[in-house]
Amino acid sequence: MVEERVRVVRCGGSRLNFRRAVFSADSKYIFCVSGDFIKVYSSTTEECVHVLHGHKNLVSGILLNPNNHLQLYSCSFDGTIKLWDYLDGILIKTFTVGPKLHALYIPPNAEDSVFLTILKEDPDVFQLVSVKLPKSSSQNVEARERTFVLDYVNRSPKCIDFGNEGEYIAAVRDFYLSVYFLKKKKTCNFTLPSTKNKKNAKNRFTCVACHPNEDCIASGHMDGKIRLWRNFHDEKQYTYTCLHWHHDLVMDLAFTVSGSSLLSGGRECVLVEWRDGAEKNKEFLPRLGSTIEHISVSPAGDLFCTSHSDNKITVIQRNLDARAVIQGLVKDRSISTGLMVDPKTKALVLNGKPGHLQFYSLQSDKQLYNLDIIQQEYINDDGLIQIELKKAAFSHSGTWLATVEQRQENPSELEMQMKLWVFSKKTQGFSLNTKIAMPHDDHITALCFNNAENYERPMLVTASRDGHFKVWVLADDSDIYKKAIGWTCDFVGSYHKYQATNCCFSEDSSLLAVSFEEIVTVWDSETWELKCTFCQRAGKIRHLCFGRLTCSKYLLGTTENAILCCWNLLSCSLQWSAKLNVSVLEADPYSDHVAAVSQSAAGSDLFVFKPSEPRPLYVQRTISREEVQWGVFVPRDVPESFTSEAHQWLNRSQFYFLTQSQCLLTFSTKSPEEKLTPTSKQLLAEESLPTTPFSLLLGKHRRQQDTRSSETSENELVQLPLTENIPAINELLHTPAHVLPSASFLCSLFVSSLLLSKETESAEELPDVDMEENKESDDSDEENDLTEKAQETHNTDLRDDVIHQLSKREEKELRKFRKVDYSWLAAL
Amino acid sequence: MAGYKPVAIQTYPVLGEKITQDTLYWRNYRTPVQIKEFGAVSKVHFSPQPPYNYAVTASSRIHIYGRYSQEPIKTFSRFKDTAYCATFRQDGQLLVAGSEDGVVQLFDISGRAPLRQFEGHTKAVHTVDFTADKYHVVSGADDYTVKLWDIPNSKEILTFKEHSDYVRCGCASKLNPDLFVTGSYDHTVKMFDARTNKNVLCVEHGQPVESVLLFPSGGLLVSSGGRYIKVWDMLKGGQLLVSLKNHHKTVTCLCLSSSGQRLLSGSLDRKVKVYSTTSYKVVHSFDYTASILSLALSHEDETIVVGMTNGILSVKHRKSESKKESLPRKRPAYRTFIKGKIYMKQQDDIMINRPAKKHLEWYDRDLKSFRISKALDRVLEPNCVIKTPEVTVSIIKELNRRGVLANALAGRDEKEITRVLNFLIRNLSQPRFAPVLIRAAEIIIDIYLPVIGQSPIVDKKFIVLQGLVEKEIDYQRELLETLGMMDMLFATMTRNNSAPVAEHVPTELPEEEMTETPCQPADADKSS
Repeated sequence: MVEERVRVVRCGGSRLNFRRAVFSADSKYIFCVSGDFIKVYSSTTEECVHVLHGHKNLVSGILLNPNNHLQLYSCSFDGTIKLWDYLDGILIKTFTVGPKLHALYIPPNAEDSVFLTILKEDPDVFQLVSVKLPKSSSQNVEARERTFVLDYVNRSPKCIDFGNEGEYIAAVRDFYLSVYFLKKKKTCNFTLPSTKNKKNAKNRFTCVACHPNEDCIASGHMDGKIRLWRNFHDEKQYTYTCLHWHHDLVMDLAFTVSGSSLLSGGRECVLVEWRDGAEKNKEFLPRLGSTIEHISVSPAGDLFCTSHSDNKITVIQRNLDARAVIQGLVKDRSISTGLMVDPKTKALVLNGKPGHLQFYSLQSDKQLYNLDIIQQEYINDDGLIQIELKKAAFSHSGTWLATVEQRQENPSELEMQMKLWVFSKKTQGFSLNTKIAMPHDDHITALCFNNAENYERPMLVTASRDGHFKVWVLADDSDIYKKAIGWTCDFVGSYHKYQATNCCFSEDSSLLAVSFEEIVTVWDSETWELKCTFCQRAGKIRHLCFGRLTCSKYLLGTTENAILCCWNLLSCSLQWSAKLNVSVLEADPYSDHVAAVSQSAAGSDLFVFKPSEPRPLYVQRTISREEVQWGVFVPRDVPESFTSEAHQWLNRSQFYFLTQSQCLLTFSTKSPEEKLTPTSKQLLAEESLPTTPFSLLLGKHRRQQDTRSSETSENELVQLPLTENIPAINELLHTPAHVLPSASFLCSLFVSSLLLSKETESAEELPDVDMEENKESDDSDEENDLTEKAQETHNTDLRDDVIHQLSKREEKELRKFRKVDYSWLAAL
Repeated sequence: MAGYKPVAIQTYPVLGEKITQDTLYWRNYRTPVQIKEFGAVSKVHFSPQPPYNYAVTASSRIHIYGRYSQEPIKTFSRFKDTAYCATFRQDGQLLVAGSEDGVVQLFDISGRAPLRQFEGHTKAVHTVDFTADKYHVVSGADDYTVKLWDIPNSKEILTFKEHSDYVRCGCASKLNPDLFVTGSYDHTVKMFDARTNKNVLCVEHGQPVESVLLFPSGGLLVSSGGRYIKVWDMLKGGQLLVSLKNHHKTVTCLCLSSSGQRLLSGSLDRKVKVYSTTSYKVVHSFDYTASILSLALSHEDETIVVGMTNGILSVKHRKSESKKESLPRKRPAYRTFIKGKIYMKQQDDIMINRPAKKHLEWYDRDLKSFRISKALDRVLEPNCVIKTPEVTVSIIKELNRRGVLANALAGRDEKEITRVLNFLIRNLSQPRFAPVLIRAAEIIIDIYLPVIGQSPIVDKKFIVLQGLVEKEIDYQRELLETLGMMDMLFATMTRNNSAPVAEHVPTELPEEEMTETPCQPADADKSS
C-alpha cells in the first residue's frame, strides 16, 4: 500500500456560535456556520443532516435566498459567495467577489443584489457595499463590481439591519446610529444625548434590529438598556423609548416575525421577550447555561434559537419552552483538565461549560453529554470568582472518575474539593460516590489512577504543592444497614518538604513515580517504600511518564530547562537524555510509542520515539504555529496497517492535540477529501427528511423488507427491475423539482430509461418474468392489495406493448438520450 | 433545560456515634427510674403475660413491680438466706426461686407462702426455670448437680451429676418440654434431655459460664462467660457460630429483644451492648453507673430493667409515640395527590406531563429569585442558627460566591445586626466555619465602622468579638509553641531512632496547624 505523507488535519469542534443561525422557511432545519462548513441540523431531532463544504476559509454569513427559500447564500473570508441547495447538500453557484467578506445581508425585495461588509482600510475601518450577482448559467461567476453604500460600519453583522422591506439600513457603531434610506440615498445620524463624556459613557451601541413592518429600530447598549427609535426620518424630531432589564450589555436583539415582541439576550443567560415594546410586559426564559450571543427567529415564526458562548444553539418554541439543544465542543474557556479519553465511550473528555465535564465524540463531531461536576447554580457575572474544575482523571477501565474543583479568592483562602464518581451500569452515567473537602492544603498538581486490571483495588494518587502526595484507596464502608464503598486516604508521602509536581503509575502499577520539583522519586505501590530517586539538576520536572509494553522499564521525564531524560528502572541510571523543550509528553497506551511536542520560536514540532532508543522514529516540524497545550492518544476503532517505521505509531491510536487558540487538530495520512467522502456519501443517500427515532425504526424495517424481498427474488433466479435500483430514476425522484427541467422534456427520458434497462434482458424471458412476478406476488404477501397487483400486471403489459413497437433505430436514439440525461444530471 | 440547582449544604462528619435506625430506636427511652434495692440485684424477670409485671431478686427478697410502679406491688420475703433467680411461669401465675440454703421454692403470685418447697440440693441454687410443659422445674446448684422436679408431686424426677463445678445458669427450651441447658463454672454448657439420663450435647465455652440463652427457635444457643459471648448452632451439633468479645469485663447477663433481631448483653464493665443477630455487630451500647448483674426487656421492648451490684434497679420506659399523634394536622385529601394522574388517555389525546416540581427550601426560593437579604434573614433565625449552623454558613458562603455578601449584610438595623454578630460570636472560632465567617466578619466591620458607637448593644457585641479573636490568637500562639516543643522532641528522637519515624511524623502535624491558622489574617485586620 502506498503511504502518503502524514498531515495535520483540523478535526471538528468548530464554533457554531460564530454567526446567527438561520432557520429554513418551514422551520424544519437550522443552518449554522461551523468553521469552513455550513451545517444543516434538524430543528426537532438535533441531528446534523448535511454538512455543506466548499468554502476555503471561515464562513462569515449565511442567509436564505429570498427568491427561492430552498436555497441558501453563504459568504466567507475566502472572498466568495456560494449558493447552496441545502436539501441535497449541493453547491449550485459560486460568486467570486474578491476581498474578505465579513457579513452578508439580503434585503427582502432586492432582486439580485446582496450587501456585504468588507474591510476598507486597515486596521479597523469597514464599509458596507452592495454587489450585483450576475445571472449566468455557469457555476463559477465573477462578481467583482461593488457599489459603495455606507462607510465606517461595524464589522459584526449584528450591527447592521435592514428595515421595513429594505427601505432603510440601520447601522450602529460606537455611539452612533446611522439610518441610510436606500431610495433617497440619505443618511441620518443619531446619538444619545448623555454621551458627551465619551470616555466614561457606557451606553455604546452593541446591536441593532429593525421592526419587520413598522418604522421602528431597536438598539442594544453596553449599559444593558434597549432603546426603541421612532420617527427617525428626521434628524431633529426623532424619539426613543427605553427598555431596561439587563444589567450587563445587550448581546443581541431580534423582532418576532409579526413584530409584536422583541427578544433580547445577554450575559445573564436569560432570554427576555418584550411584548408590544412595553417595559412591563416581559417574559423570561432563564438559566440557558451561558451568555446569549445571537438570537434568530424562524421565518414561520414558530421557533427561536439562541446561540451561546459555550458553542451551543438552543431551539426555543414560541411559548418560550426550550425544545432542543445543539451542542458543539465547548472551547471558550481555558482547558485545565487537559484532554482525556473516556475508556468506556472512547469519547474525548475535557472541561466544557463552567463546572461541567464534556464528553465529546470525535467520530460524529458531537457532544455526547455533559457531566455536572460542581452542581451549583451558575451565576454569570463580571468579576466573580467561580469554582473551577481543575483536574480530572479516569480509572483504567473507566469505572471511576476523579475530579478536583477549587476556588481561590485570595492566596490564603483556598476552597478545594475532590469528588470521586462511579459509573453506574444501570443509569449508564457517573454518579457521585465520595466527596473529600480539602484533600490537600494547597493546589493539587497531578492526579492519577493505577492502571492495573485488578478492579478490586483501584488506587488514586494526588500530588500537591503542599509537599505531600496522598494515596487514596477504595474501602468498604458498609454496615448492617447498607452496603457502601468509599474512598479513604491510605498513605501520605513526602520528600524533604519539596512540592510534589507530577505523579505517574507504571504500566503494571507496581511502581509509582512522583516528582518533587527537581527530583523524581520511585515508590513501591505495595509497601509504599521509597525505592530510588533520580535527579538531573536540570530544573523542575514538567512531565513524567512510564514507557509501555516493551519499554516499560523506562521512565521518561522532561524538565523546565529543556531536557528530556530517560531513566532505566532496572539499573536505576540515566539511559539517555536529549535537549528538547517539551510542552506535551504523551505515551500511547496501546503501543510503546511516546509522542513529545516541543516548543520553539518557529512553532511546535512533533517527535515520536520509543523510550528504548534516543533516535526519534518520526519527526514533523511546525505542526502548529502556536504553542500546543495538550495532547492525547485516542485509540482507533479499526487499526490501520502501516508498515513503515515512521508511520507505525499511527496504527493503533490517533494523536489529537489542542493548541493555545483552542484548535483541535490531529494527524492523518488521508487527504481531507478522502476523509470526508464516506460521511458525505452516507448523507446523500439518506432521505432529506429529518432522522427521527421513528424514521430510524421505520427505515430499519424497510431495509429488512428490502433484503427479504431480494432474497426471495434471488431464489426465483430472476432479478426484477425495481424502480429504486435504477440510478437515473432515483436521481430524478430525489432532485428537487425546481432544478429539474420541464416534465414534458423529462417524460420521454424517464420512459426510455425504464425501457432500456428492460431491454438488456432477452425478449424470450419476458413472458416468464411476468408469470414469475405474478406468482411471487400471489405467494408472498397476503397483505398486498388486490388493486395493486392488478396495476402491476397492467404496467408490465404496457411495457410489453412498447417494446414490441420500438424499432432498432428508435432504441439507439433512446440510448443516446439516456447518455445525455446522465451527463446532464451529473453536471448538477 | 437545567432547573435551579439548590445550594449545596456542606456536611460535616458527626463526631462520636453514628446515627442509625438502631441508635434512634434504643435512644428512644425516657430517663431511667432508679429504685434502690436491699442488695445486689441478681435477677430481673418479666412476666410473659399482661400486665407484664416483673420480679426482682435482690438479697433475701423478691419484689414484684408493676409496669410504672416505683414501689413493689408484692414482696416475697420468706427466705432464710439470699434468694436467687425468681422466674415466672409462662402463664404468669407461678413464680419459682432458688436460694442460698439449697431450697427451691414455688410461689403463687397471689399468695404469700410458698406452694411447694423442693428440697434436695445441698448447696445454693442459683438457677431455676420452668420447662415448656409448665409442670416441671429445672434447677442447678453449687453442689454441681442439675435436678428436674415435678410440681404436682413436689418430687425430684431426675438428677444429672455431669458438671464438675458450680452450676450458675440455666435455661429451659421453649418448644420441647424435655430439653434444657445449663452452664457451669467448669467452662461447659450442657444440654440435657429428660428422656435420657445423660447430657445430649456439651460445648466448651472456655470461661466460667455466667449466663446461657436459647433462641426462641431453639436452634441457637448463646453463652456468656468471662469477656466472651459465644453463639452455638445447636442443629449442627453445637458448632461455634461466632465468638464476641466486646466487653472488657465479665459478661453477666444476656437477653433477646422482643423481635428476636437484637441480642443484649450486660457486663461488669457497666455497659449494655446491643448486637444484631444477623451480623453479630454491636449496633448500640448503653452506659450504667455500676456493674450490671441482670437485665430484662419487657414485651415489645417497652421497658429495659437493669439490676446492678450496688443494689440499684434502673428502669427505662420507652417514650410514648402519642406525642406525634396529638398534633392533628389537616392533610390534603387523597384526591389532591392523584389529581390528573389517573386520567386514562383517550384516542387522539396528547398527554402533556408537567414536570414534577422540585421541593426547594425557603432560602433556596429566595436565592432563586435573588432576594439575598431575605435568604440571609431566613438562615439567621434562631431555629436554624442553633440546630443547623452549617446551613447558615453554607448560605453565607454561597452569597460570597455570588459576590453579594456585602449587599446582603448591609443596611441592617440594630436588632438584625445583633443577630448576625451573635452567630459570628458563637461560631467564629470553629475551624470548619472559620474561613467563611472571618470573611463575613471583615465585611461587617467594613460596613458598620462609620456607625460604630451609635448603639451600645452592637458595640458590646463587637467587643465580645474582639475578645474572642484575642483569645484565639493566644490559643494559636500556644499551639505553635507546643508544636515547636514537639518538633524538638522529635528531632532528638531521630538521632536515637531510625529515619522512617521522622519521615512520617512531620507529615501529620502541619495539618493540625493549618486548620487553625486561617484565623490569623482576620486578627491582623481587627487589630489594625
